[in-house]
Amino acid sequence: MTTITMTVNGQLSSREVEGRTLLVDFLRNGLNLTGTHVGCDTSQCGACTVHVNGRAVKSCTMFAAEADGSCVQTIEGQSNVDGSLNVIQQAFQDNHGLQCGFCTPGMVMAAAELLKNNPKPSEADIRHHLEGNICRCTGYHNIVKSIMAASGQNFSAIAAE
Amino acid sequence: MPKDSGIGASSKRREDVRFLTGAGQYTDDINIHGQAYVHFLRSSIAHGRLNGVDTSTAETMPGVVRIFTGSDFEGVGGLPCGWQVTDRHGEPMQEPAHPVLAQGKVRHVGDPIAAIIADSPSQAIDAAEAIVVDLEELPAVVDMKEAVKNGATKVHDDLTSNLCYDWGFVEENKDAVGEAFEQAAHVTTLELVNQRLVANPMEPRVAIGNYNRANDESTLYTTSQNPHVIRLLMGAFVLGIPEHKLRVVAPDVGGGFGTKIFHYAEEAFCTFAARQINRAVKWTCSRSEAFMSDAHGRDHVTKIELALDADNNFTAIRTDTLANMGAYLSTFAPSVPTWLHGTLMAGNYKTPLIYVNVKAVFTNTVAVDAYRGAGRPEATFQLERLIDKTARELGVDPIALRRQNFITKFPYATPVAVEYDTGDYVATMDKLEQIADLSGFEARRKKSEADGQLRGLGINCYIEACGIAPSALVGQLGARAGLYDAATVRVNATGTISVMVGAHSHGQGHETSFPQVVAEMLGIDEGMIDIVHGDSSKIPFGMGTYGSRSIAVCGSAMVRATEKIITKAKKIASHLLEASEADIELKDGQFNVIGTDKSCAWGDVTLAAYVPHNYPLEEIEPGLEETAFYDPSNFTYPAGAYACEVEVDPATGKVTIERFSAADDFGNVINPMIVSGQVHGGIGQGIGQALLEHGIYDENGQLLSGSYMDYAMPRASDVPFFEVDHSCQTPCTHNPLGVKGCGEAGAIGTPPAVVNAVIDALHSGGHTHVTHIDMPVSPSRVWSAING
Ligand code: FES
Ligand code: FES
Repeated sequence: MTTITMTVNGQLSSREVEGRTLLVDFLRNGLNLTGTHVGCDTSQCGACTVHVNGRAVKSCTMFAAEADGSCVQTIEGQSNVDGSLNVIQQAFQDNHGLQCGFCTPGMVMAAAELLKNNPKPSEADIRHHLEGNICRCTGYHNIVKSIMAASGQNFSAIAAE
Repeated sequence: MPKDSGIGASSKRREDVRFLTGAGQYTDDINIHGQAYVHFLRSSIAHGRLNGVDTSTAETMPGVVRIFTGSDFEGVGGLPCGWQVTDRHGEPMQEPAHPVLAQGKVRHVGDPIAAIIADSPSQAIDAAEAIVVDLEELPAVVDMKEAVKNGATKVHDDLTSNLCYDWGFVEENKDAVGEAFEQAAHVTTLELVNQRLVANPMEPRVAIGNYNRANDESTLYTTSQNPHVIRLLMGAFVLGIPEHKLRVVAPDVGGGFGTKIFHYAEEAFCTFAARQINRAVKWTCSRSEAFMSDAHGRDHVTKIELALDADNNFTAIRTDTLANMGAYLSTFAPSVPTWLHGTLMAGNYKTPLIYVNVKAVFTNTVAVDAYRGAGRPEATFQLERLIDKTARELGVDPIALRRQNFITKFPYATPVAVEYDTGDYVATMDKLEQIADLSGFEARRKKSEADGQLRGLGINCYIEACGIAPSALVGQLGARAGLYDAATVRVNATGTISVMVGAHSHGQGHETSFPQVVAEMLGIDEGMIDIVHGDSSKIPFGMGTYGSRSIAVCGSAMVRATEKIITKAKKIASHLLEASEADIELKDGQFNVIGTDKSCAWGDVTLAAYVPHNYPLEEIEPGLEETAFYDPSNFTYPAGAYACEVEVDPATGKVTIERFSAADDFGNVINPMIVSGQVHGGIGQGIGQALLEHGIYDENGQLLSGSYMDYAMPRASDVPFFEVDHSCQTPCTHNPLGVKGCGEAGAIGTPPAVVNAVIDALHSGGHTHVTHIDMPVSPSRVWSAING
């Protein structure tokens, strides 16, 4: 067991963990941040996507101990300060970008990273960026549309091209 | 103008807020104080004699609480099958025992042998490694054709063979169908495989069993589409717990697609073990484990034939199918290749004679049961591939051939036992031609050809039977349950409403769409209405969500209960307004005395119901709460036409979906945004089946595609934007909302459109020897077909 400390959604948290504890288990079980999900055991689905020091990371592929001292953002920390949905979250609701909601936290975290680096992505950019995030419900149609809307682009104009 | 609330409005989903902020509560997010964790030691071989399980070392390992094996379940019931099919000769199907933990034999990779309960998940996994299993490997039966041969190794020693049933439908038509084929001017034959799929909802299954000694009550938290069905099956058949001592909760569930309908061994185990060790027991399935323990879907091998007269009218259809059951009978498995498949073989066409033969077969593979569409995608795929092949053989336009044979008069009684109430297949085809811009196809093909690509257009029509199902009918067909649904509308004193519904929402958005209906009926704000679902202790009863039944069956129960509320509320209003009941109308949340300016508000009436100071107590009881059960009188029949355009790279065989359009008739639509989303998701899964997904076993019964490294799930870049339309609406005639259901359409209508498009592309490139490619239409299969 080792003690690790990290800043999660702006709050400093310290816990004892086993060497083999994954970051996702630390977040879910240690900190009770259950918005980050586990959808696979081969690092394929992206349901566990969080940001570590500003980069999107699959938290099932990282040991909690490796994140010692870092700054972690999860879905629970994404809303605006007044508690309202942020631009990406709101775009997902407005465009029906989720159904069962299980992939959604990972999708939102992946989208946030994309839009930070590429504020006006094309449809192809978005689809390419989501390669590591699987959704079984939506056929991706409304997820791509949501991310376009979050970037301020007019979906119908693009779809009509 | 689109509406902004009530029926027909694209109300934004209220459940989204919790899912978007990480506040959803899925089963794995639930933890019970003091819980222990179970890990299942599963068979790594497909077939073997289980001579012994030595748990002595494992029991001494750190944190181990208790280890269970098959012998602990002697005297406990096995997992029941909910449907008994009667074969061609009037005999019941062969029905093997299905113990919670393996007894005597293991029958597929993943069959659970032992369950290790420990203080932590990792301790349970560590202890499993110390269990010594004495397993004598037997030859595995994997291929269905081999499995039904005389002398084949038997999956179940106590059955006479691996044949579960040999079903003929309609048996009395068999000879007449044979004659029609003899007299046919043209016969087209096609042999095809509808490959095994794994449903793969993104949330893996989870079960938590808990036992309360104080009141002798067991609780199961589970990832289920139908908590009451689990309570019924597990309580009555497996564990012998009466309903009033058993609570089943299915909270937020991360997708189902059929595979979370069934009652699974792990649910029964956790409930049973919690009572044994007097401590909550939690099981969280890993994805690898899901691949070998979730019921799979499809897996049919079929030969289908179509007879036509000299004018290209369809005269008869004959099919021969082998349907894989896997090693055990999952809850609804026997019904899928029979009553959900044979009854749909008429499709959208007036073929007078049909005969369907299905042989269901046991193999050493994971059980196969309903997956999105369940039987109907298999029927549609055969029929629509066959019609395409026929059109090519006859040199006629595939759309014209379909149109010529469309059913145009309704109601229409098919020769396969069902009666379509309404539909307009010409209208959906017209709509499709427009939204898919079929007139522009040739120009797009030229452009593709200029780029060295082959472009193909594939058309498909489908019909499905949804709104499952009239109980009396399915009872005759072998169902061991009724398939009605129930709703309770509880109006509170302040006028807010909780509706307890038997349907379960795991992505379908019921929390938004169901209140739209009640709001419309009462003329009050949607925000005043909440639905409650997924907890057997809060809801009167319910058969759950599958078969596109939620709004058609449970929604109808909700309408009936709301009608009772309105009747009672009008009585109260007539008393308050001192008017005759017949003169009261409810409009926009106000009770008015017709022809006067006297009125009172919804809230005045609801308050009076709970504070009955001035109240007709001699006539009616206080309170405002009503329950209704609704049993449909027929299935509903959504139908539509789909078009797919692909580009095939002749050098590599790679298929790219360029355009995809769907024109559906779902009858009336409650929330168009949600309906479009359901169709998108179905198309996504249909493209997955057509191009990517395959649950493959090798000849030893090892699952080769057992993780996302090998099982190709559709990703965002595998699909384009879809063009969907549901403006063609022929309302269902026998339910109060006129709705038909939309959950499965996309998964049913898509695969044949894609494959038809690929064949069309190859023909346009001169590869006319290719008449069919089995799914998934992978680059290697296409390349081999071209170069074959
Ligand atoms: S759970 Fe991390 S990628 Fe699937
Ligand atoms: S919304 Fe269900 S998996 Fe994406």
